[in-house]
Amino acid sequence: MTQRPRRRVLAVASAGGHWMQLMMLRPAWARHEVTWITTLEGLAEQAGLAPARLVPDCNRDTPLRALGCGALLLWHVLRLRPHAVVTTGALPGVLALAAGRLVGARTIWIDSVANAQEMSASGRLAARVATHRLSQWPEVARAEGAEYAGSVL
Amino acid sequence: MIFAVTGTQLPFPRLMAALDALPPGERIVAQTGPDPAAYPRLETFATLPPARFDALFAEARVVVAHAGIGSVLSARAQGRPLIVVPRRADLGEHRNDHQLATARALESRAGLRVLWDLADLGAALAEPPAPPPATGSAPLAALRAHLADLIDGS
Repeated sequence: MTQRPRRRVLAVASAGGHWMQLMMLRPAWARHEVTWITTLEGLAEQAGLAPARLVPDCNRDTPLRALGCGALLLWHVLRLRPHAVVTTGALPGVLALAAGRLVGARTIWIDSVANAQEMSASGRLAARVATHRLSQWPEVARAEGAEYAGSVL
Repeated sequence: MIFAVTGTQLPFPRLMAALDALPPGERIVAQTGPDPAAYPRLETFATLPPARFDALFAEARVVVAHAGIGSVLSARAQGRPLIVVPRRADLGEHRNDHQLATARALESRAGLRVLWDLADLGAALAEPPAPPPATGSAPLAALRAHLADLIDGS
């Protein structure tokens, strides 16, 4: 049996439901070398995850914070040189994928299961920077040209 | 104890006011988000550290929450009955109506009840749904497997 190589993975999610979904998907990259990024102090530590980095939360209503958040994510990505960036959202996740594209990483967007009717605004933005874009609802995936491969629910 | 959860981003005064108007008796702990209003009937916290949040969730007889997916996943992970009150964009409670869509999509699932009308809150709290079943999920296993393949190929 050939040993598949370990990859450097950057796993990103905002605090709250986004982070909880990322936690549920953890086994998918457990054997790799993972760096975690979230927006709330203590979240990664509580889950016993290291190394972890903090970025300011941001959304479309906070463009200045988004700029700062994006710059910090770019810094982390340039230092880490991940093979894959994976995120469950929200806007900081899009920015992480954009930075990941700059270093040639595979960039994976998993739209939150909260978006049962249409893809999130962040998920639509992510279409520009994600090499792989998944919805957790088959109908939404079909309508948005994304993939469906399962769901955390 | 009743634990009320609104997420960290936006206040949900309609739900808080309905809880505050309940007759005295059972303790109600509420995570209110950025809401400056006073609710004397409730023990309020704007936000809660993750460990404290989980402890309150586990201790609660029933949880009342906005239709945020974090609440739904916590309720399932901790086996607590959940009453879901979707935020409405027409009342300025969220940027759009995705919580209504989430609530509709979740409505048939075990362990939770969607409350479309807050007038029914007292009755729903008196008779909460049965706790959610602790079952493994095939769609979750499928999603993990797909992601594992994508990352292995990166």
